[in-house]
Amino acid sequence: MSRTGSHGRRGLAVALRGITKSFPGVLANDHVDLEVRWGEIHALLGENGAGKSTLMSILSGLYQPDEGEILVGDDEGGLRPVTITSPRAAIHLGIGMVHQHFKLVPTQTVAENVILGVEDMPFVLDLDAVARDVAEIADRLRMPVDPTAPIWQLSVGEQQRVEILKALYRGAEILVLDEPTAVLTPQEADEVAAILRSLAAEGKAIVFISHKLDEVVEIADRVTVLRKGRNVATMDVADTDKHRLAELMVGREVATTIPKPPAEPGPTVLALEGVVVRNERGLVALDHVDLEVAAGEILGIAGVAGNGQRELTEVATGLRRPDAGRVVVDGKDLTGASPVAFLDRGVAHVPADRLGRGLAGNLPLADNLAMRAYRHPPIAVGPAIRRDRMRAFAETIIERFRVDAPGPDTPARNLSGGNQQKAILGREITAGSWAAARGHRPVLVAAYPTRGLDVGAIEHVRARLLEQRAAGTAVLLVSEELDELLMMSDRIAVLHGGRIMGVVTPEETTIEELGLMMAGEAHR
Amino acid sequence: MTAPFRIGLEKRLDPPPYVRWLVPILSILVALGFGAVVIGLAGADPIEAYLQILAGAFGSPAAWLDGEFYAVSETIVRTIPLILTGLAVAVAFRMRFWNIGAEGQLVVGGVFVAWVALFLPELLPGIPQTPWVYLPLMAVAAILGGALWALVPAVLKAALEVDEIITTIMLNFVAILTYQYLFTGPWKDPEGQGFPGSAPFPEFAWLPRIGGRVTLGLFLALAAAVVVWLVFDHTKLGYEIALTGENPEAARYAGVRRAGIILAVMLLSGGLAGLAGFTETAGISHRLQQGLAIGNGFTGIIVAWVAKLRPGWIVLVAFLLSALFVGGDQLQISMGLPASIGAFFQGMILLFVLGGDVFSRYRLRIARRAHVISAEG
Repeated sequence: MSRTGSHGRRGLAVALRGITKSFPGVLANDHVDLEVRWGEIHALLGENGAGKSTLMSILSGLYQPDEGEILVGDDEGGLRPVTITSPRAAIHLGIGMVHQHFKLVPTQTVAENVILGVEDMPFVLDLDAVARDVAEIADRLRMPVDPTAPIWQLSVGEQQRVEILKALYRGAEILVLDEPTAVLTPQEADEVAAILRSLAAEGKAIVFISHKLDEVVEIADRVTVLRKGRNVATMDVADTDKHRLAELMVGREVATTIPKPPAEPGPTVLALEGVVVRNERGLVALDHVDLEVAAGEILGIAGVAGNGQRELTEVATGLRRPDAGRVVVDGKDLTGASPVAFLDRGVAHVPADRLGRGLAGNLPLADNLAMRAYRHPPIAVGPAIRRDRMRAFAETIIERFRVDAPGPDTPARNLSGGNQQKAILGREITAGSWAAARGHRPVLVAAYPTRGLDVGAIEHVRARLLEQRAAGTAVLLVSEELDELLMMSDRIAVLHGGRIMGVVTPEETTIEELGLMMAGEAHR
Repeated sequence: MTAPFRIGLEKRLDPPPYVRWLVPILSILVALGFGAVVIGLAGADPIEAYLQILAGAFGSPAAWLDGEFYAVSETIVRTIPLILTGLAVAVAFRMRFWNIGAEGQLVVGGVFVAWVALFLPELLPGIPQTPWVYLPLMAVAAILGGALWALVPAVLKAALEVDEIITTIMLNFVAILTYQYLFTGPWKDPEGQGFPGSAPFPEFAWLPRIGGRVTLGLFLALAAAVVVWLVFDHTKLGYEIALTGENPEAARYAGVRRAGIILAVMLLSGGLAGLAGFTETAGISHRLQQGLAIGNGFTGIIVAWVAKLRPGWIVLVAFLLSALFVGGDQLQISMGLPASIGAFFQGMILLFVLGGDVFSRYRLRIARRAHVISAEG
């Protein structure tokens, strides 16, 4: 489908050819091609880590490609190769980027933010003139923004409009948006879709990054699908549908399997009943979630990141109070109880962010390994702490879980990611076993436990989780890797927009079905 | 034309243990070297000046042989409050609670001490009027005063997330102006012949001296350092303070109650600063008068920071900095240099030690550039 708008531009706005970019240990883009026409909205679709953001960072001058070329088109259909050394060079070529996390100065006005960093502004600013120009662009695109309002007074949707205005004011003809709807309410998302359409109608080329099938089908004219850093397909949206796109996005590689004895699920240990959570911005992050995890079972949580996983793990471990609903651990209602109360009942937690939450990087490994144990004997003696016993305790975990570290005095920061994760896992499993010794049924909430690890560490972590399952622990495993979930889980619940779209078993489901549920289609 | 080599910083993965003490010592030496240049520019002989500072702070061998330890005793006198305020600041800074209010907490401690010493004997004559009873009472009053004053920013932070830097700084002014009002107004000594100050404390409320003007406060300060060391390294509280300071999110995850830690830290911090008010009033001035708020609370920040918040080092750094103060005073007398030279050195040392800290985390790396053979050559 070639748009024949009234803009009178022909051909390609930009072409990326054979783009390759690697980071230490990761091949982010592997000979990727992308062609975007004038006057079209082009979606770049893929899972987290598929290489979408890297590709767009290359187009907007943040990264240099290792290989490949970038060509920019003129109005007549011609193309010329360019080197984009910086975001400033990109904007000179008419390429503007709207980041997912806005880069605005909260205390300054819309107009001031728009001209921030613009070259060749006169020394004496005429902010009234800037405000008039900004208002004019905003009116043309029917996106109401008050140029004199300070940023901090604006909603997230309005702030995004300011980012778009910034790019347009600098003369962007090719607009790149990184997950533009990720932070928006549905209404705001509809508004930004309308804005993008009117920009395309003017002849501008729009690229937006997304992993949401719905909005790709709804907004885009064409779509390019990336998977694991490679091109999978480029097609007109009119010629495809969500099922096909889901399949392309998640792929259908055969999962490598690890031996897993049949589950012997016991009684329900962790239960969420009608849990509702509002996030910091007041939006519903968990919407009446009901989940049960039985002893000796791994319940996998699938979903695209940011669909309520964080809130789910926090509610299940006592780090966040639900706004409604109950959290029941081993028959006891712990709704609103402290994290320590959860821990004492045997709820252990391998958090998603190792150095952000799981460890204090500057403190010695011994201190980090004692985070769950320091309150209790033998390490605690009244208000005092026995450092020698803390060290000995750390050494047993280091040995039992084969943490490769110079010793308990090394700062946790100096360990590799895999060994940090082994340390956390060891600490949490030990905490769970202590609770078991006190007569509680342990729960292990593991969020993205293999993320960013090498193959050996991944195997170690998975083996430990299966060991816990065999020992009768109720395991809640949050992951964004469907392979892992299919391999490890006894049941898989899919989260989308804070709701459970369905609970399936790995034997009966397919990657395609999971992909569709992740995209928001309820399980039949 | 580029330089034939390139200088860069490279992160030390596992800093060797000697770096810990070598870097600060070198930093201080560089600061003194820089100071020498400034003294030279001021028209004095730097070596002579440093010898004078040493003599001013520690005395001379000849004086020691005569049994004359006045200089070093004066240095110890100044060390005592610096140890206490340094400890006070270190306790708060360890959890990254920026208590800039040790000065005010010290002053309020002093005011509470003065109230006990001046008014309690009359109010409750039944209390035995001996140092054995009164000195502990006054010390407790000092701790209470400092802790109460520190409680205000602690509660505001714990309950409402009010920035503690602002509140602790501003409460300094409130404390200092109130104390000045007291000794020039309602508590002014009627027999003071217009001299601004309260009536002298009764003698049973004086801290006994152990040599020169050095009082028992020295042992109090050293004991406080031991207590803080024990708290830091060997208690649950100390563990939670460090965890909260290093990673508040990890502390929450470990089940530490943030509000409780803020309150505990500030009660301890304020109490220690208040104790400095006790050693200064009950030990030195024996009344409430000008000279209690001479910046010990602020110098405590330098002490704590240069000592990297470690109690043992705080004792040492407090001693060295007060030597600079006392020796710097000597420069004014003997060489006519400004007395502020001591404060100048403090500033330099803080600057160089903080700057030098980069080298304990990074290694200087000098790499030769690849040799390029010029075609014309």
